[in-house]
Amino acid sequence: MNCPYLQNMDQQSTLDTQRLEVSLGPQHPSTHGVFQMDVVLDGEQVIRLKPVMGYLHRNHEKLMENMSWLACMPYTDRLDYFCALANNFSYALAVEKLAGIEVPERAQYLRVIMAELTRLINHIVLVGFLLNDLGAFFTPVLYAFREREKLLDLFEDVTGSRMMCNYFRFGGVKRDVPPDFILRVREIVNQFPKFLDELEELLTHNEILLSRCQNVGILPKALAVNAGITGPVLRASGIPYDIRKIDKYSIYGRFKFRVPVGEAGDVYDRYYVRILEMRESLQILEQAINEIPDGEVISKAGAQAAKMPRTLKVPKGDAYGRTEAPKGELGFYLVSDGSGKPYRYHVRAPSFINLTVLEDMCIGQKVADVIIILGSIDIVLGEVDR
Amino acid sequence: MKTIEEIKQAIETKFGVQISIENNSLLIPKEKWPEIASFLKTDPEYSFDYLSSVTGTDYKDYLEVVYHLYSMGRECGPLVIKIRTDRNAAQIPSVVSIWRSAEFQEREAYDLLGIHFEGHPDLRRIFMWEGFVGHPLRKDYVTEDQDRKI
Amino acid sequence: MYGLGVLKGLWVTIKNFTLSYFTRKRLTTVQYPEERITLSEHARTFPILVYDESPDKLRCVACEICAKECPPKCISIVRAQDEAGKPLKQPKFFDIDYSVCMNCGICEEVCPFDSIYMDRQFELSAYERSEEFLYTKDRLAKSAEYFSKIRPETAKKVEEKRKAKEK
Repeated sequence: MNCPYLQNMDQQSTLDTQRLEVSLGPQHPSTHGVFQMDVVLDGEQVIRLKPVMGYLHRNHEKLMENMSWLACMPYTDRLDYFCALANNFSYALAVEKLAGIEVPERAQYLRVIMAELTRLINHIVLVGFLLNDLGAFFTPVLYAFREREKLLDLFEDVTGSRMMCNYFRFGGVKRDVPPDFILRVREIVNQFPKFLDELEELLTHNEILLSRCQNVGILPKALAVNAGITGPVLRASGIPYDIRKIDKYSIYGRFKFRVPVGEAGDVYDRYYVRILEMRESLQILEQAINEIPDGEVISKAGAQAAKMPRTLKVPKGDAYGRTEAPKGELGFYLVSDGSGKPYRYHVRAPSFINLTVLEDMCIGQKVADVIIILGSIDIVLGEVDR
Repeated sequence: MKTIEEIKQAIETKFGVQISIENNSLLIPKEKWPEIASFLKTDPEYSFDYLSSVTGTDYKDYLEVVYHLYSMGRECGPLVIKIRTDRNAAQIPSVVSIWRSAEFQEREAYDLLGIHFEGHPDLRRIFMWEGFVGHPLRKDYVTEDQDRKI
Repeated sequence: MYGLGVLKGLWVTIKNFTLSYFTRKRLTTVQYPEERITLSEHARTFPILVYDESPDKLRCVACEICAKECPPKCISIVRAQDEAGKPLKQPKFFDIDYSVCMNCGICEEVCPFDSIYMDRQFELSAYERSEEFLYTKDRLAKSAEYFSKIRPETAKKVEEKRKAKEK
């Protein structure tokens, strides 16, 4: 800085700033829903931040205690409404664990394909909205939505609905896919990398993005583990913890894929880890559509439970099923008392727990960076508040 | 990962407490919980550094808090720990100082089930508003539309 | 070179902007409502009741399975009775509150009589919130022809199944 005026400003430290308490949200376009942050500012720097949530609280867990096991399935769509199928997956796994239902081979593959397509949708939309938070209004979002639309059309053909899919059943999936499904997934697998290349050309080496995102909102490794952070946020901090690799649930043990990790744990790493994860998802998809066998899509017990939900007998006990949802570890803790309804139904929502470290990441940052740090955690309020 | 029996043995000899195993989970007395928790986290043989889920269940006679522990370093888990407490004066020592991930989840359990976590730095309601009466996930909570029977 | 990344990025946006005039790949929108995209076979919105010959002969036998299984409990059914008070195999009232319905499609899955199915009509805006979204039996009743028009494959399967049952 050679400007003499600014040098004078530096020398005069008499310009005291006043502490200012600002309530960001809940009606704020960049809080990704009705989320509130009570921020204390010193000039432009954040010195305290308290997240306030609950504006979208529907007492999901209490509602489910009055539902049959199957009737909970469409409600899980509404948790993280960008990734309905990933939520279905986790819930179905937990109930299958509790009731001991087997899943046929073809259904396993369909589940993995749908879950990975959901991951693509989530990450591509996140990247778009992160850029929106940065101030690149709607160009990247609309590029992302254009691609997302192709996947949503596919979802509509398979499940009947674009977003609220309600596709998984205990012991399989609701119905077999249309005959051109594999072809269309293959087309996506071929086309999507080209789109990703284009998006990366637009963003990855863009100097404006680099200077806004690098070294902003750093999350240290030790804190990330201690605070139970999962998903891309954890991996951006440099810990290769992916439940698909660790638990090998469903059939993830059969696929070859790498777990991308970041180095610095800043906003830029979180962005880039997601781009790399999408490329790995495409790898999984390619392997899955090459290997998918023919056969039943739902087991006999499952088909009966789907046709007559009251006949599903879930033995007494509790189970915890967890999957690697696009936002992190999504777990369902279920307690059954032997009646037709869950006695206790708890959702371990990844974006809710990832918010624990929001204050730690934001302290000392500028107020404009708070928005992108929140954006990079990737929260969906349907899941945070439940 | 060590079996649940071995973990039970190790805790019993170290802390001199009686632990029972119920449905693949350890039932731990609440008085010793913070010490046992920091032992499970720091001991290199176990190193359960990742507390995945904290939640509670109302069993009408008592409340039960469930912890699911995993180890990120050793890539093993889960170790399920259950602690029972009286329903009318539900109090359990907080583990926020050991695992930060308990911070919001304990607040949630306090809000929805009315379990007081002693030593929690900021135990307020998290989803329901200030001044809300009752704890919705308790089984005796009266909902507004009781007439809609299923 | 500093600034090259920005320039490259701008090139991408220019490319997208100009090509959107020429290629369908980059211009994916349609001019609704003049232009419409075709909906897929299983696209679902709200439930309808299918009848075979005339609207008073619904396939529905008022077994109330759908009402019990409906997650948000938006279906209410009252069974018809004859003069002696004996319950008949048809509904007296069959109401669905479309403003409560969550389009999950569980009713059509559990129905053992192939009566309730999901429609694909999505333009349902109304001037009033309570009564216009309360769909009674008459408004829900749709003919089997209509059903086979919107979902030809499913209707074909259902027809075959019903014929096999009659024999």
